[in-house]
Amino acid sequence: MTIAFAATLLILFVGWAGSALGLQYLFGVILPLVAGAVFIIGFVWKLVRWAKSPVPFAIPTVAGQQRSLDWIKPSRLECPWTTPAVLVRMLLEVFAFRSLFRNTRAERTVIDGTPRVTYFSNKWLWLFALLFHYGMLVIIIRHARFFLDPVPACIAVVEFVDGVFQIGAPRFYLTDAFILAGLAFLLLRRVVSERLRYISLPADWFALFLLIAIAVSGILMRYVCKVDINQVKEVIMGLATLHPVSPTGIGSIFFIHVTFVSVLLIYFPFSKLMHMGGVFMSPTRNMKCNTRQERHVNPWNPWAIDDPQANYHKYAEYEDDYRDAMVEAGLPVDKQPEA
Amino acid sequence: MAKMPTPEELLAATPASFPKEGWMDTKPDFHPGSYCYPAKTDALQKLGFENAHEWAPQEEDWNLPENWEEIIYNSLKDALEKHRSLKLFMDCCVRCGACADKCHFFIGTNDPKNMPVLRAELLRSVYRKDFTTAGRLLGKYAGARKLDPEVIKEWFIYFYQCTECRRCSLFCPYGIDTAEITVIVRQMLLDLGLGINWIMNSVKDCNETGNHLGIKPHSMKEIVEFLCDDIETITGIRIDPPWNEKGHEVVFITPSGDYFADPGVYTFMGYLMLFHEIGLDYTLSTYASEGGNFGSFVSFDVAKRLNAKMYAEAKRLGAKWILGGECGHMWRVVNQYMATYNGPADFLETPVSPITGTVFHNAAATKMVHIAEFTADLIKHNKLNLRPERNNHIITTWHDSCNPSRAMGILEEPRYVLKNVCNNFVEMPEHTIREETFCCGSGSGLNAEEIMDQRLRGGFPRANALRYVHDHNDVNWMACMCALDRAALPPLVDYWVPGVTVSGLHELVANALVMKGEIPRTMDLRQEDLPFPDEDPAEEA
Amino acid sequence: MYNAKFVIPGAIIFVGLFTAPFWTNVFSAKHEAVKLELPQKPVTFFGEERTQCIEPREWMAANHMEMLIEWRDKALRENKRIYVATDGRKWETSLQNTCMACHTNKAEFCDKCHTANSVSPYCWDCHVEPQGNK
Repeated sequence: MTIAFAATLLILFVGWAGSALGLQYLFGVILPLVAGAVFIIGFVWKLVRWAKSPVPFAIPTVAGQQRSLDWIKPSRLECPWTTPAVLVRMLLEVFAFRSLFRNTRAERTVIDGTPRVTYFSNKWLWLFALLFHYGMLVIIIRHARFFLDPVPACIAVVEFVDGVFQIGAPRFYLTDAFILAGLAFLLLRRVVSERLRYISLPADWFALFLLIAIAVSGILMRYVCKVDINQVKEVIMGLATLHPVSPTGIGSIFFIHVTFVSVLLIYFPFSKLMHMGGVFMSPTRNMKCNTRQERHVNPWNPWAIDDPQANYHKYAEYEDDYRDAMVEAGLPVDKQPEA
Repeated sequence: MAKMPTPEELLAATPASFPKEGWMDTKPDFHPGSYCYPAKTDALQKLGFENAHEWAPQEEDWNLPENWEEIIYNSLKDALEKHRSLKLFMDCCVRCGACADKCHFFIGTNDPKNMPVLRAELLRSVYRKDFTTAGRLLGKYAGARKLDPEVIKEWFIYFYQCTECRRCSLFCPYGIDTAEITVIVRQMLLDLGLGINWIMNSVKDCNETGNHLGIKPHSMKEIVEFLCDDIETITGIRIDPPWNEKGHEVVFITPSGDYFADPGVYTFMGYLMLFHEIGLDYTLSTYASEGGNFGSFVSFDVAKRLNAKMYAEAKRLGAKWILGGECGHMWRVVNQYMATYNGPADFLETPVSPITGTVFHNAAATKMVHIAEFTADLIKHNKLNLRPERNNHIITTWHDSCNPSRAMGILEEPRYVLKNVCNNFVEMPEHTIREETFCCGSGSGLNAEEIMDQRLRGGFPRANALRYVHDHNDVNWMACMCALDRAALPPLVDYWVPGVTVSGLHELVANALVMKGEIPRTMDLRQEDLPFPDEDPAEEA
Repeated sequence: MYNAKFVIPGAIIFVGLFTAPFWTNVFSAKHEAVKLELPQKPVTFFGEERTQCIEPREWMAANHMEMLIEWRDKALRENKRIYVATDGRKWETSLQNTCMACHTNKAEFCDKCHTANSVSPYCWDCHVEPQGNK
């Protein structure tokens, strides 16, 4: 945790120093462009790396009644046997965190003097994970206003809804609160829970600190150390049209924010954050549960049962081993023993 | 074996908190009872494992092959290239911890390395070191660690403390399936010549004799004849099941535990009585006398070899389809792997029940039907004369076995059958049944006697739920459809919830089944007196 | 590569979404920097002719919304009508009488930046738009 925190502080310092030392062009133009390229190329590279390995076996996790006899109601979404149903299962997983929604908490108790375990439905992780992810999504969509000219009406609608309470000026965005609440929860449970503390790696803390740093620097830039967004837009449009504009005269906070985001983009493809792509490819979720009805083909299947190189113990060998005893016991044999 | 602690003592001895040091710095504990006995060298050699060697878990030096690091590296590389699942599961975990308290072993032991996330990290840390740039450069700070013999020992302990029940994968937001990781690590360990006797000996026997117990064909026939004697005593009907006969419509394959071990044998007797009553045109096979597949716990390759016999035998005997007995992991293999391993089974036909005419379209590719589906269909079509009153002294619950639940989804069929043969049925509490069911704690080849302590701990969550309905609803019976359950649960239940009997589904079916020409039943399949015996028409007259 | 028929479209959708700013800008009208119409003529406040804005121009560009909200609260809720700027000059806290005395044209002044940056202030929910519009 200390290391991850130190790394985050270092990035903060680098971002600040960059703007203070007059390296605005490096930190405001070159770094984000490189980061964007690394993110996109790295992400696709990772998908390709995964896809280079086959899915040899159909191993969906079945989470409900199979389809068997006509009069037994199968669970269409928990044991999907058609492609559209698998699609819905995946959509529920990706957009509603279906599996996390199932979460329970096991608790040791003593009932009548004997040790027991009881289970409680536990949806906090699901709720805050949703808050964080949707907060993040809306925030990314909102940022499109800096990348597009003219700004499409739909972006304005998102902004309007996000700031619907009209608190303060600039208007306070709900998603800013959501993402902070989500991240705070995810961080706190790692600190408080013995289990989470024990399994957490520096990478787990780093991802959280980095996201928190991005959210906080962004919020500070909007509400506290304000910058002239008109200038910001010019710089970002320069990036988006690949006609970079020198980003001088914008406050350090902008460079700090951009540096954090760039680090996230560079870090993303090589970290656990790739669960964003992985969730779509997980064979326990994206396969049909009709494995007795449709044969799944393994591309490296070594042999078929009739192949000469098949190395299972064949019946003929088996009968050779036991022929006499089998005949004596009255079991039919393919080849009669020699008299 | 050392004297077992009482349930209270066992749970009181569970550590309340985690070790002070991080998990990379704690060493696995090797004391008798914490590890399974190693596989015998000749068993591994017979199966073609090149690095089989003499070693003992409690020894400091495991006599690993000289180039063991290279073997592990290549083995992991090969697995990554063959399984997208492994690559994804190595890269995607965010350590959210949702899986932590879903594992029965974690609930039972409070050992942090039994949290599925940390179990996987045991491999992930090595993967990062060897296969990711960040891990190579940053080492420990990127969650990577160097492979050393202690890591291998740790793998041996903790990947043989996972029953591949897949409960964690249900709750994982990315569907990370620890069973997949466990099988692959066990495969890597086997590449070093490290396996456990309980599994590998069964695999070797199954390869040679056709079943895990190593029963030879003539003994097999004899054993079943004894069971038929018992059926005759109970019902007055003599059954003579066909063996290895060609030209029958159906080959029936069931886990070998049911031929031999109490209480599985009663379930097997139930099958025979049912088939006799409905006049099923079937044969048993000594060559394919194993439905289960211990190979599937440790290696996809070995699993395929054992599984091949089913299709090979069905083809040789000229059967139309295969009927499978009640089993757990057998149905993981049959439902999710069999067609891929050894299909397409074009020499068979889509199964049709000869009694009801029902076509089992859901088994169109594997051509293999689960007996609970088959029997549920019979009952639905009123083809069985049932007298559930014979089971009136039983208040039963249903234990969903992990594999049929989370790798198949056969949830309602057995319940339907059970409710039709038993008047008193009670569900265990939610979050412990159906897709959220708990493993018996002995699955995936861990029903070895030497780790009974761990099995009891692993079985605690299941027993805990059973205890609830035992206390609240006077449940005195737990039916299940996994042969490993039938072997593993009785000692577990005696320990945690004495007073509950464990049985298969078809034992209760056969108890309730009124057969044509049978004598009035006065005893159940276990030859215990029925509290509510049939009225004897002769006595009445 | 396996399952290319799913992976490639997936990758294309990903790249498409995340490069949207680049390719949409290629097709849309050429972006031009906002050119503001700044008042040229001096205006008399408190008996003196002033050409400088209330606070320095850069500060105003980034923070005017904060000042406007502060003025609104001062004027309407506390009835304080005088604002003392950093340089000591006094101003009447009034959008209509002070700000728009110089910035007479909403379309040429306010709207230019606001539209470009998709900002929709609710000043004009209550206030009358400046005469310069006509």
